Amino acid sequence: MSEGLFSKKNIGLLSGPLGTNNPITIQVLGICSALAVTAQLKPAFVMALSVTVVVAAANVIISMLRNTIPNRIRIIVQLVVIAALVIIVDQFLKAFVYDVSKQLSVFVGLIITNCILMGRLEAFALANKPWPSFLDGIGNGAGYGIILIIIGFFRELLGSGSLWGYRIVPESWYIANGGFYSNNGMMILPPMALITVGVIIWIQRSRDTKLQEK
Amino acid sequence: MDTNGNKYTFIYASAMVIIVAAILSITAIKLKPAQQKNINTEKKQNILSSVGIESTAADAESIFAERIVQSYIVNASGEQIEGTAFDIDLKRERAKPLADRQLPVYECKTDEGTKYILPMYGAGLWGPIWGYVAINDDMNTLYGAVFAHAGETPGLGAEISTKPFQEPFKGKTIYDSSGKLVSIIVAKAGESAPAEHKVDGISGGTITGKGLQTMLLNDFTSYEAFFNKKKQ
Repeated sequence: MSEGLFSKKNIGLLSGPLGTNNPITIQVLGICSALAVTAQLKPAFVMALSVTVVVAAANVIISMLRNTIPNRIRIIVQLVVIAALVIIVDQFLKAFVYDVSKQLSVFVGLIITNCILMGRLEAFALANKPWPSFLDGIGNGAGYGIILIIIGFFRELLGSGSLWGYRIVPESWYIANGGFYSNNGMMILPPMALITVGVIIWIQRSRDTKLQEK
Repeated sequence: MDTNGNKYTFIYASAMVIIVAAILSITAIKLKPAQQKNINTEKKQNILSSVGIESTAADAESIFAERIVQSYIVNASGEQIEGTAFDIDLKRERAKPLADRQLPVYECKTDEGTKYILPMYGAGLWGPIWGYVAINDDMNTLYGAVFAHAGETPGLGAEISTKPFQEPFKGKTIYDSSGKLVSIIVAKAGESAPAEHKVDGISGGTITGKGLQTMLLNDFTSYEAFFNKKKQ
């Protein structure tokens, strides 16, 4: 390898998905889980972390195997690698953060069907060396995660008046306690997550005019 | 090497499957003790919440040890038998004929006297449902109940695991005035049943509700000899 570990190109792999090539807001992948697990910050964070770990690890494994994988069964090989990693992550969640694993329930299994994973394996890892693939995986996982966390932040704050389970809006503000405030129940429901994603896309495109279609 | 030949593809696929299977088995075995501990803690939390004691994963262990003063197994004739109540696998017990069943009982000390907590296990619409029912020492009046499920429909059958469904069980009785066991009726809209035995079902969750009703009747029936012994 003639170029350095953190050459400009490699840094681009890491930072691209965070901004101009974000998997959620630009490529519009992984929307399903972005709607499902973001009612609170904590599951959103755990989901982001799990996806990042799985996509980075799967990218590295597929990249190392890329010259040995028979072309005709390459999709199956990718799927087996992803599925195995997801099961391992699920087992770890069940063993060490049981309440979060119950909350995420089926969505951990659904990481397998997250389009971002197959997309990165097929488009990047099969044609690149392990190190750039690892950075690409971390970058895309983080790009996915940061959007999840932003959505989770607003949904939990406005929908439940708390963050990470801790109360932010004082109890005394609530109408039930003689105050003036009430939570926006809509924020808990998935449609508001979609609208929040829409708002993020809007903000991103109005700031970066290059992204606007003519 | 020709990576596209049939032979290569077959060998590759077989080797991959064996390696992945080995890795997954090792992970599952290594993590099993930690997972089992979480499941046990949750079970303790559920048992405690049937008598209205809320606990967290951190303090469930100590509260359980303090409040559940006694736990034992009875058989279908109400006699106490050997064994640890907490380790009973209800699914396996339910498959046995009534005479061979081991029936766990937890005695809980509360401010309002001793409550008997009985585990329940039955079938909902999509899969198993289960719960813990706390009964007063008159062996007739319910003190509280919690239910859980494996995969009932969210918003419909899954509502059995929520407070609004479980709260009305408090104070209901399971025997009628003639001493016959009627258990609890989970009523559909318009279904008539004596108010002291009736809780409202869930709109759209009728099959789950009726499954729960059957579960309660079956399980109370298997404990009947125990109830009679206690009443004497």
